[in-house]
Amino acid sequence: MENVLEIEGLSKSLGDFRLHEVSFALPRGYVMGFIGPNGAGKTTTIKLVMNLMRRDSGEIRVFGLDNRRYEKEIKQRIGFVYDESHFYGELSILDNRRIAASFYRDWDEKVFQQRLRDFDLPAHKKVKDLSRGMRTKFGLALALSHGADFLIMDEPTSGLDPVFRSELMDILRQLMMEENKSVLFSTHITTDLERVADYICFINQGRIVLCQSKDEILQGHVLVKGALDLLTPEAERLFIGLRKNQYGFEGLSADPRRVRQVLGDRVLAELPSLDDIMIYNVRGHQSV
Amino acid sequence: MNIVISNRSDEPIYNQIYQQLRAAIVREELAAGEPLPSIRSLARDLQVSVITTKRAYDELERDGYIETVAGKGSFVAPQNAELLREKRVNLIEEKLVTVIHEARTLGLSLPELQRIVELLYEEVL
Repeated sequence: MENVLEIEGLSKSLGDFRLHEVSFALPRGYVMGFIGPNGAGKTTTIKLVMNLMRRDSGEIRVFGLDNRRYEKEIKQRIGFVYDESHFYGELSILDNRRIAASFYRDWDEKVFQQRLRDFDLPAHKKVKDLSRGMRTKFGLALALSHGADFLIMDEPTSGLDPVFRSELMDILRQLMMEENKSVLFSTHITTDLERVADYICFINQGRIVLCQSKDEILQGHVLVKGALDLLTPEAERLFIGLRKNQYGFEGLSADPRRVRQVLGDRVLAELPSLDDIMIYNVRGHQSV
Repeated sequence: MNIVISNRSDEPIYNQIYQQLRAAIVREELAAGEPLPSIRSLARDLQVSVITTKRAYDELERDGYIETVAGKGSFVAPQNAELLREKRVNLIEEKLVTVIHEARTLGLSLPELQRIVELLYEEVL
C-alpha cells in the first residue's frame, strides 16, 4: 500500500516540550485521526510536516517525497486547514480568496464558488465578522479548491458546536468518495473520529502511544466495571488505567482475552470509546 | 435492502455489515450478478470508515458471496442452489446457538427447550 505520509524518528525540542522519535505512516485513500490531550505534540508534528518549523532529527515524506527538498511541489497538492486567523480580517471572503488563489498553480475558481454555495458562506462579508464555524468552513473551502489530494487539518473542530462538527464530518465523508484523497486530522474531540477515521494515531507527552486502524484499537481494548473485591494484585496488572471509588472500579485493559480468563462474567465488559482509551492512557492508575 | 449499524454493540461494525449483506444474499434479496454499492459510497452512507467497509467486503469475497472486478466494483456471486440452502440452514444454526446460550444461562434442559420449539413450531404459521 502506498503511503501519502511517512514520518520516521521525528524529534524536536521546544523549551520544556520534547517530541520523541515520532514515527507513523498514513496509507493513501484513508482518514487518520491524530489524537491526544492539549500539549501532547499534535500541532508541533503537523507544523513539522508542513515545514513551518525546524526539526532536530528525523525524516518526513509526503507523497513519497522529502518534505523539505520538495516543499513547493508538495504544498501545491496539500490542503491545509489550521487554527483560525491566518486570514485578513478586514478583507472579504472573496478578497482573501484572491490572495490565497495566487499561490496555487491549479486553483479552480468554479470549484471554489461551488464550495461557497455548499457551505453557505457569504462571499462579501469581512472575515472578521464571520463566526468561528464559518471561518473554519472558509478555510476548508480554500483548502479544497486547488485539487489537493491530501487534506491536513489541525484542530478544525475545537470550539465548534456538535451540529457544525457533524456537518464537517459529512464534508469529509463526501471527499473520501474519491479513492486518491487522504486526510490527517488532529483533534482532542474524539467523538468526531469514531465514525469517519480509518486510522487513529494517539500521541501523549511527545510520544506515539498507539497508531493502528481504529477498529483494531477499539477491539483491542475493553472497558471493565466491577466490584472492588475482584481487584486482586493480579487483576490490577491487567489494566492500563483504573478508577476506584467506594462502590466499585472502572478500568481499561488492552488485553480483552486475559480479562475474560481472570475476571470472567463477574465484571461488566464494554466496548470502550476513543475517549476512554485516551483518558485512561493519560491518567493511568489513580483513585477518585 | 436495509443495513442497520449499532455503534454501541459489542459486535464489530465490519461484522455487522458482513452479516447483513450475507443475509440479504442468502435470502436472495440481492440476486446473483447484482452490483453492490461501492465501498466508499457504502461507507459514506452508513457513516462508517472506509477501512471497516472494505474489511466486510473482503470477508464476503473470501467466503464466496461476492466477486470483485477491478475497476468495476463488487457483484453478488452466483450461488449454487444446494449450497444456498446449506447456507440458509447455517444461518438458522447460528441463531440457534444464541438461543442455546440463553437457555443454558436460564438453566433450561434440552428436553425443556425441545418442548418449547415443538410447541412454537406448531403454533407459528
